[in-house]
Amino acid sequence: MAASVHSAGLDTARSALESACEEVTDAGERDAVDGVAASTVARPASTEQVADVMRAAAAHHLVVVPRGRGTKLTWGRPPTRVDLLVDLSRMNAVVDHAAGDLIVEAQAGTSLADIQETVALAGQRLGVDETVIGASVGGTLATATSGPGRVTLGTVRDLLIGVTVVRADGVVAKAGGRVVKNVAGYDLGKLIIGSYGTLAIVTQAVFRLHPQPGARRVVTQTFDEADHAQHLVQVVLHAQVVPAAVEVDYQSEGTGTVAVLLEGTEAGVEGRHAATVTLWGDGAQSSAEPPVWWGRYPWDDERSPGGEPGPRRTAIKATFALSGLAEVLTSGRAASGQAQVPLDLRGSAGAGVLYGSMPADADVNAISSVVDQLRSVCTSLGGSVVVLDAPSQVKAAIDTWGPVPAIDLMRRVKDQFDPDHRLAPGRFVGGI
Amino acid sequence: MTSTHGTESTAGPVEGPLAPEDTPSTGTAGSNPEAMAAVTSRAREVLPARAVITDRIQLRTYECDGLAHYRVTPALVVLPETSTQLAAVVASCAEHQVPFVARGSGTGLSGGALPRADGVLIVTSRMRTIREIRREDQRAIVEPGVINLDVSKAATPVGYYYAPDPSSQQICSIGGNLAENSGGAHCLKYGFTTNHVLGAEFVTPAGDVVQLGGLAPDAPGYDLLGAVVGSEGTLGIATVVTLRLVRLPEEVRTMLCGFRSTDDAGAATSAIIGSGVLPAAIEMMDALAIEAAEAAVHCNYPDGAGAVLVIELDGPAVEVAHEFDEVERLCREHGAFEVRVATDAAERALIWKGRKSAFAAVGRISPDYIVQDGVIPRTALPEVLRAIAELSSSSGVRVANVFHAGDGNLHPLVLFDDAVEGAGDAADKVSGAILDLCISHGGSITGEHGVGIDKSAYMPKMFTDDDLDTMQLVRCAFDPYSIANPGKIFPTPRLCGEVPGHKRGAHPLVEAGKAEAF
Repeated sequence: MAASVHSAGLDTARSALESACEEVTDAGERDAVDGVAASTVARPASTEQVADVMRAAAAHHLVVVPRGRGTKLTWGRPPTRVDLLVDLSRMNAVVDHAAGDLIVEAQAGTSLADIQETVALAGQRLGVDETVIGASVGGTLATATSGPGRVTLGTVRDLLIGVTVVRADGVVAKAGGRVVKNVAGYDLGKLIIGSYGTLAIVTQAVFRLHPQPGARRVVTQTFDEADHAQHLVQVVLHAQVVPAAVEVDYQSEGTGTVAVLLEGTEAGVEGRHAATVTLWGDGAQSSAEPPVWWGRYPWDDERSPGGEPGPRRTAIKATFALSGLAEVLTSGRAASGQAQVPLDLRGSAGAGVLYGSMPADADVNAISSVVDQLRSVCTSLGGSVVVLDAPSQVKAAIDTWGPVPAIDLMRRVKDQFDPDHRLAPGRFVGGI
Repeated sequence: MTSTHGTESTAGPVEGPLAPEDTPSTGTAGSNPEAMAAVTSRAREVLPARAVITDRIQLRTYECDGLAHYRVTPALVVLPETSTQLAAVVASCAEHQVPFVARGSGTGLSGGALPRADGVLIVTSRMRTIREIRREDQRAIVEPGVINLDVSKAATPVGYYYAPDPSSQQICSIGGNLAENSGGAHCLKYGFTTNHVLGAEFVTPAGDVVQLGGLAPDAPGYDLLGAVVGSEGTLGIATVVTLRLVRLPEEVRTMLCGFRSTDDAGAATSAIIGSGVLPAAIEMMDALAIEAAEAAVHCNYPDGAGAVLVIELDGPAVEVAHEFDEVERLCREHGAFEVRVATDAAERALIWKGRKSAFAAVGRISPDYIVQDGVIPRTALPEVLRAIAELSSSSGVRVANVFHAGDGNLHPLVLFDDAVEGAGDAADKVSGAILDLCISHGGSITGEHGVGIDKSAYMPKMFTDDDLDTMQLVRCAFDPYSIANPGKIFPTPRLCGEVPGHKRGAHPLVEAGKAEAF
C-alpha cells in the first residue's frame, strides 16, 4: 500500500500531473468515489496523456481511481483512498466505424448512446444494452454490465475484440485487434472486463457490431407461481422461436411477468411471435414495444431518465443455472417475507441472471439475511450473489462480493499488474 | 489424422530466432536427469503402469502434433485418467522445476503441443467422459479428452449441439479447443470456443486445482477463464469443462455459388454481410483449390469457376427462406453464374466435401505445402487476394486459397516441392509475406490455428514489446517459474522476478543472454 501523501509531496505531485495533462483541478464533492473524497482530478485527452498522468502518479505514489461518465462510481466497495481521479470524459470520440467490417472503435469516455447513434446510420448496432443511462464504454467494461440482449448477442465479453489500456506504471499496452477472428496472444480484454478499474485504465476499445433487425415484437405472459415462470422460459428456450431476449419481472408482491423479444425479418418475427403466443397459451399478450421495465435495473425504477439518483437502494446481481429460475424466485420472495424487506427481482431469465433491489431505508440485518439466503441458493445452482451497490452502512456490514473461488490466483494477477496496489484499491473482490 | 489435416510443413520462423531444436524453447534432452527421475517416480506412484511412458520408441509417437514439421521427443509421457492424477503430476513438475506440455488429440496446427525434450507431455486422451448433458441448463460438462463432435452427438437427441466446429472436429479434443480458442467454419455466426466455455476445473502450474466460472455466467472476480481460453496451455490445464449448448436450428440450407473470379466472390461476400444477413458460414475457394479438391474427391464444383462460395444459412425456417432468396439474389448480382442448393443432408455433405477436403487435397497437386492462417478485415479481401496473386506470380510459388470469407480468415496453401533446391525457402518467404500483408491491413497472424512454436517470431510484428510484456504479466501470475508449455507464443520469455519464499540463482536464460529480467 502506498504511504500517505503529505502536503509537500502533494505539491510536487500536482505540478508533475499538470505537466502531464492540461486539465488538472482540485477535486470537489461530486468527485468522491462511493463516499471517499478525492484530492485531485485529471482529465486527460488522449491515451498518451493518460500514460503521462499515470507515470506522474506512479512517481508520487498516488492512489488512482479511473472514471468514465461516473454513472456507477459507487458500485463495488469504497476504495481505501483516492489521491487522483482520472476522468476520461474528454476522451469521447468514436474513432472509427468500419461499417463494411462491422466494427467500431471508440475512446473509453464515449457514451454507449453516442456509439449507437453513429453505427445506426449504417443500420448497425452495438449489442450492449445501455442499462445505466449515460454509461461510457470504459465504465461498461469495468463493471461488465449487460441487459436483455445478452441472450443472443452476448455481453461485452463476447463483443470486445481489441483494447488499449494504460497500466499503473504508465505503460501503454494493446491486446486483440480490429478483426473479429484473432487468437494471437493472451486475451487481456477478458481480464479487464469486470475488473472495476483495479488492473489498468482502459483508454480505447474495439467492438464487433451486428446488423439491426428488420422487425421486433414482444410477447408477455404473467405468472403467479415461480414454477410457472420457469416453465414459460423453458418452453421458449427449447422451441424454435429463437428469442433475442427472455426477461422476467417479479416485484416484491403480486404476479410476475415473463417477456420474450423476437427479432428478425418481418415475416419471420410474425411467425415466431404467433408460435410463442400459442406456446404460452391463454393470457399471452403481444405488443410492438417491450414493457416499461425492460432493460432497466429494478433499483432505478423510481428514477426518471437522466434524473438525479435517489437515495441508494441495495442492488444485487444473482446468477444461477437456467433450471434454477423457479428456486431463485421462490427463495428470494421467501427470504424477503421472512426478513420483512421488499425485494424486487428482474433480469435475463434466459441467461440465468437476475437483479434485485431492496429499499434504501431497509434494516441492515434484514438485507443481510436476504443476501445470505439468496447466496446460498445461487451458489448451490452454480452461480453467485454480488451486492453491486448499497447504502454505506449496508456495505460496511455485509460481504458484498461473497465467496470467490481462485481468489489467490486473482491476487497474483493484481500483484503483477499493480504491485503497489494503487489502482482503485479496495473496490474489488477480496479487498483487491 | 483425418483427411482434413495434411500439414507437412509450416510457415516457420522465417525471421527471428533459430529453429526450435536449436533454441531453449523446446529444452535439451538429458539436461535435468535428477529432476526427471523424481517426476517419473512420482508419476509411477500416482498413475497405473500403462499410463507412464518412458520407452524411447513409444515416446517418439508423441514427438509432434498436427504440425509435423517440428519434432521433439519428450522425456516422459503420462496419460492421467483423473484430475487428481493429473494435478499430482503437475505438482511434481512444479516441485522439481520440470516443464510440462499438455496435449489432447494432437491435431493442433501451430506446434502448440510440441513436447519439451527436458519435460513431461501430459496427454488427456484418457479423460474422455461426457459427464452430463444438461438440457434445461443448456450446458454440457465434459472431460478435456472428449472429442469435439462427440459433444454434439450426445446433445443432438435432446435437440442441442456444441457450436464451435474446427475442421478436425471428428478427432480434436475439447481440452485442445479450449487451449487454442478454436474456431471453425460456423464461428462467423456462433463465435469461438471462448464464447462457449462457461467454466472449468483447472490445474494451475503449481498443481493446485481451482474452479473457474461454472454453470452460471459472470462469476465474480477477474475473468481468469477468459484469459485461460486461448492461452495455448501456457497457464495450466483444464480437467473438467462446462460448455454452452446451442439449440439445433429448425432449418439449414447450404448453397454453392460459382463465380468467374475471387474479386466477384469477395464482392458478393461483402454485399451479403452488408445486407444485414448473418449466414452460419461463408467459405471461399479459388481456382487452384477447386482443382485440388476435384482431383481428390470429385466434388463436381461448377465448370470454369475462378472461385466458389459455400454459403450456409440456418435458423427459423421462415427467416432462412427469406435470407436464402436475398443471398441468391446478391450472388447473381455480383456475377454468380451458377447457384446450386442442397435440398437434403446428402447434397449438403457433397457441397461441404470439396471444402473440407481442400487442405489434404492439395497434396494431389503438390508434393509439399504450407497451411497458412491469417486474418484481414473482410473489406480488404479483394485487395489482399490480388496482392497474394502478385506474390505468387513474381515468386513462381503457387498459392491455393481456401478461407472463411465471412470473417476474413485466410488459409492460403503455399505449394512447393521440397525435392527442388531452394523451393522450401521460396515457399517460406511467400508464406511470411502473406502474414505481413495481413498485419499491414490491420489483421492478425492467426485466426484459429494459434501462435504455438510456429509463429512466436511473428508476434513482435503484431504487438509492441510493451504489449507482449503486459501479456506476460498474466503468465507470471499463473506460472512464475515458466514450466507450463514454455517456449510457445512469446518470442522472449519474461522472467517474473522474485517469488516469495523461493530464492534462486540467475535464470539460465539470463546467463545465456537469451532473456531479459524485467
